[in-house]
Amino acid sequence: MIPLSHFLTLGAVLFGLSIAGIFLNRKNIIIILMSIELMLLAVNMNFVAFSYFLDDTAGQVFVFFILTVAAAEAAIGLAILVVLFRTRGTINVGDLDQLQG
Amino acid sequence: MDNLGLAAPEMFLLCAICLILVGDLFVTEARKPLAYGLSQIALLVTLILTWWISPETGAVTAFGGSFIMDQMAAVCKSWILVVSMGVFLYSRDFVNSHKITNGEYYTLALSGVLGMMIMVSSSTMLTLYLGLELLSLSLYAMVALKRTDERSAEAAMKYFVLGALASGALLYGISMIYGATGSLHFDEIAIALSASGEGSTAAMFGLAFLVVGIAFKFGAAPFHMWVPDVYEGAPTSVALYISAAPKIAAFALAIRFLVDGLETAHNSWQGMLIVLSVLSIVIGNVVALAQVSIKRMLAYSTISHVGFILLGLLSGSEQGYSAAMFYAITYSFTSLGAFGVILAMDRMGVSVNLLTDLRGLFRRSPTYACVMGILLVSMTGVPPTVGFYAKLAVLSAAVKADLTWLALIAVIFSVVGAFYYLRVIKYMFFDEPVEPQPVLAAMDVHVGLAINGAAILFFGLFPGLIMAACAAAFGL
Repeated sequence: MIPLSHFLTLGAVLFGLSIAGIFLNRKNIIIILMSIELMLLAVNMNFVAFSYFLDDTAGQVFVFFILTVAAAEAAIGLAILVVLFRTRGTINVGDLDQLQG
Repeated sequence: MDNLGLAAPEMFLLCAICLILVGDLFVTEARKPLAYGLSQIALLVTLILTWWISPETGAVTAFGGSFIMDQMAAVCKSWILVVSMGVFLYSRDFVNSHKITNGEYYTLALSGVLGMMIMVSSSTMLTLYLGLELLSLSLYAMVALKRTDERSAEAAMKYFVLGALASGALLYGISMIYGATGSLHFDEIAIALSASGEGSTAAMFGLAFLVVGIAFKFGAAPFHMWVPDVYEGAPTSVALYISAAPKIAAFALAIRFLVDGLETAHNSWQGMLIVLSVLSIVIGNVVALAQVSIKRMLAYSTISHVGFILLGLLSGSEQGYSAAMFYAITYSFTSLGAFGVILAMDRMGVSVNLLTDLRGLFRRSPTYACVMGILLVSMTGVPPTVGFYAKLAVLSAAVKADLTWLALIAVIFSVVGAFYYLRVIKYMFFDEPVEPQPVLAAMDVHVGLAINGAAILFFGLFPGLIMAACAAAFGL
């Protein structure tokens, strides 16, 4: 039987990877969107593990809602990406520099 | 027990949104402004329904304890709806003249209002999360609404990435709290935590992530990077929307998590909020000094005001919470007016971006100059405006919580902040106008702004009217 701590460690590692993916990535916005998805899935891992070990279904219900919201979020994110590409002709992170001060 | 009627305002608003969205597809180009009228009616009916169903005292729950209607929810919802009506009124002409699609703007804005109402009325972490996402997703889309504008798209992308990161942090915190307490309901979390004393390590770990998420959504330093970019890049009508009602919703978000759920861990989150509050007040006021763009200046001013709201929250007393609520409500009302004046001055070809564009506003339009003057004086915190009373209430709560040094820092930096507000007043009243033509805005916008300015003075003289409601919300 795999103990709870293993699941939580995996969740934390995935979460850390996704944060690193957002901040270290200097090239492509699509990678940032992938990192955001990974972050939500890391949280799902936590919820499912807790739900199983607490013997409480609320956590699994939460996971379904997160999955739904993640889909909506990805849709909005990609839509903004398309708008950005149409106006700017690039999706390079470094090119997002018109607003500063 | 499970009375669906309690969510009648939300249900009505949802139906109205669907109706406006679909209806907008079938009307001819000439009748597109219909969406504006319908949205205002929808907000008004929702407001009346909210008053109708809100209980006299105590709290009532529905949907198996996921949805709560208490005094705080009733007051916050009413102000969110009133402020949103103002937002729609001021942004109508801008939306029309800048060719922003009418139906999309109003349906997204109304979805955001619905999200805020759900946030305010949530009593589980799941409902709170769903309300927050409904608000955030609407806002991301609204920022990108001006599709041909590069800056709008860039601001939307930055907002989206940071907002999603904040949601992720918040969710991670929620999962930890759920694991530590075994429940998603705020009242059960509070019971579980008080049973375990100071709370387990997992709960405290989760709390840290929660606070980061809340700070991001509030726009508190050091998680404020998105605020200036979004204010500057978004269409002005959207910046107006973001600066006003969501502040009340963010306040409710903090209260539901930190007070309803985790009040026993007050000692732990107080320290985190102190850091956020000091940084917000210092960074907000100091960086605002260096701004030349009026929207960026207002953005940094928002950050410093968020610091004050956090100051009320962190004092940890009912008095502090009600002071923070008063601050959030009056600030959203003040910010509404300030952006309202900028929008009223915005005509095709004569857009307002720089602080110097306000030069000689008094010669061009004395009413707007006076309204803007009152609003800026209120943001500075000078009596007899409402901003003075809001700051006083927050600071006295901080002093009562033995945080005099913190109150002192806040006062010193609001004196620093006075400089950039008064500079704008100097531009408006004592400089020669660049463009002599008067500001022409519609009559209802004119009346709305005059009422807005007058209300800032009126509630400054009689703060008890709002303060009583805020105090009652926390059982004072």
